[in-house]
Amino acid sequence: MARSETALSSSNRIGGAVQLPAKPMSAAEVAQPVMELATASGGPRPLLSATPFRIVATTLGALVAVAAAIFGMLFWQTNALLSEQVVAGLRADTAAILAEGRAGGLPALVDAVAARSHGDGPGFYLLTDLRGTKLAGNLPDMPLEMIAKPQGGLFRVATRADGPPRLAFAIATDTGAGARLLVARDVDAQRQYAQRMQRAFLIGFGLLALAGLAGGAMISRRVLARIDTIAETSRSIMAGDMSRRVPVSHHGDELDDLAGNLNAMLDRIELLMAGLREVSDNIAHDLKTPLTRLRTRAEASLRDGRTAGDYRDAIESTIEEADDLIKTFNALLLIARLEAGALEQSMADVDLGAVVLDAAELYEPLAEERGLALTVTAASGIQVRGNRQLIGQAVANMIDNAIKYSADPEARTPGTVTVALRHAAGGAEIAVADRGPGIPAEDRARALKRFVRLDQSRSRPGTGLGLSLVAAVARLHAGTVRLEDNDPGLRIVLVLPRR
Amino acid sequence: MRVLVIEDDRETCLFLQKALKESGHAAEVAHDGETGLELASEGAYDVVIVDRMLPRLDGLTVVKSMRVAGNRSPVLFLSALGEVDDRVKGLRAGGDDYLTKPYAYTELLARIEALSRRGAPEENETRYSVGDLVLDRLSHRVTRAGDPIPLQPREYRLLEYLMKHKGQVVTRTMLLENVWDYHFDPQTNVIDVHVSRLRAKIDKGHARPLLHTVRGAGYMVRDGDGAE
Repeated sequence: MARSETALSSSNRIGGAVQLPAKPMSAAEVAQPVMELATASGGPRPLLSATPFRIVATTLGALVAVAAAIFGMLFWQTNALLSEQVVAGLRADTAAILAEGRAGGLPALVDAVAARSHGDGPGFYLLTDLRGTKLAGNLPDMPLEMIAKPQGGLFRVATRADGPPRLAFAIATDTGAGARLLVARDVDAQRQYAQRMQRAFLIGFGLLALAGLAGGAMISRRVLARIDTIAETSRSIMAGDMSRRVPVSHHGDELDDLAGNLNAMLDRIELLMAGLREVSDNIAHDLKTPLTRLRTRAEASLRDGRTAGDYRDAIESTIEEADDLIKTFNALLLIARLEAGALEQSMADVDLGAVVLDAAELYEPLAEERGLALTVTAASGIQVRGNRQLIGQAVANMIDNAIKYSADPEARTPGTVTVALRHAAGGAEIAVADRGPGIPAEDRARALKRFVRLDQSRSRPGTGLGLSLVAAVARLHAGTVRLEDNDPGLRIVLVLPRR
Repeated sequence: MRVLVIEDDRETCLFLQKALKESGHAAEVAHDGETGLELASEGAYDVVIVDRMLPRLDGLTVVKSMRVAGNRSPVLFLSALGEVDDRVKGLRAGGDDYLTKPYAYTELLARIEALSRRGAPEENETRYSVGDLVLDRLSHRVTRAGDPIPLQPREYRLLEYLMKHKGQVVTRTMLLENVWDYHFDPQTNVIDVHVSRLRAKIDKGHARPLLHTVRGAGYMVRDGDGAE
């Protein structure tokens, strides 16, 4: 391994501190195989930019960095300890040789070195004179490295002619007797240990990183596949296919929650859109019919008119038609505004008893004129948060409706309209009941829909939007309205949440 | 009566000017808010008709500025805006009445005549009388030719409003707004029934009717041989 070689030769310490790369794996290195995976799968999104993959890669990167730091420290300390032992041994050996030389001069030194050189031990010795000529020892001559480093250090030595050069560490000393002493030890085993450790580290962490990234990629692909399904569904919905829904995997995880919420939102949007279509159909019908009538009448009078009186009559009836149109238009507009919600400005505490009594009082003479008895029972002290005008209008519409249909000649038992305000489970309940023909059960839900008027009511006076408005007012106040059979007749019940 | 019309639609202005002149009133027009505000602060108008949406300065701001400057001329807002919160905004800005477009001219005329304080009884007047009909606002007693007429509270308020505007046309919506405080059109015309009930109580058995129906417009209380 080239890297470890450089590390070793550039350091005085045997083996050197392993120079761990700050980033164990460069992004490009680790990304390569994963990149291929993504391309092979033909996924629509580059895997590397996917959130789950980035999370896995970041976590893995941090993990490997910490592990590498711990491992590196361990390795560095072991290596340092071994090196210290070698240096201490060399110093002791040198001191012993010098001690022998101090007693007997140069010949004694030569003897001491020669005696040590015969052994088969790991030590190398060389004694030279000041010009570098070998006096004794088992090294052939002064290694080149030692000429450059007179204090000692690492050098290579060929012990056997066939083997590779081994690494040794030397301490060089001036004996003071006109000779230089070099004491060295074979540290090749230590070097090999360091190299193996480094190799093991690189392979181990490389495998760890690969496995981690592959796992991350797999998780990413599974998550991405589901997200892409959601994205694909939403694209086709945007393209107009409102019936599509996001598949739910039933793992019960966050993505399923998201898909479920999206589907609920889509249901709501589809409902609103269907409502809008219905609304525009109804508005078109409610406005186009009288507009056509108005135009036809004006055209006919232009064609058939003879006298100023004829024209006057035609214009008067045109104005009447226009007024009816304006009323219908205003009613539609008001319902649309109520459906849009948000009338906070005009919300106040409303005494429902007063509202109900006022509305009943407004209609009492009309009921009497039609031969109907209007009876009112109102519990007192019922307050709601709302718009007095709108609640008043809703109650008035309910009573208006009841009187209108009680006076129906087909009604079985005409005669009474009852208005009642009472406390109920859901809030304050205003019920208006008549003895008219009622509304068949199957038409009741439709009668309350936005902007809908039942076909048979189109010929009657008024906009025919009275009940739609009651329903809109109920929705605005978070209340409900329901139609019940009064047997015979109709009972309209408006429930508003109490304060 | 002098009327100022601040309205950006020129055709509407021309029509109003002509119609008001025929009704015996002098009308001046302004086509934008700035000019309107200038005119309103210079001349003393009996009524100012202001459109809500105007170029340069919107109607609400015009009226607010008038009020800040101490101008007390009665103001009628005209607006194509809906009725729920907009009316409240208009009245809060200092308007005295609010009429939604499209409107009938008779309705507009009746409202500005009611707004103008000319010939109107003082607010603290305690007795209204038309012919031999007398309404005492302190005792809430009503008499005709000296005979007491018993009235329900709402009938009393209806008569009080009609007599306060004696000689002026009062429309059904004006009655709904001022006597019942309802700002919507009921589906069926319930006001007519209330008025005919009241008429039965005050006019029945008397040679001269005082409560008249004005065709295509509304009602009016006046002494048959009166100035109107």
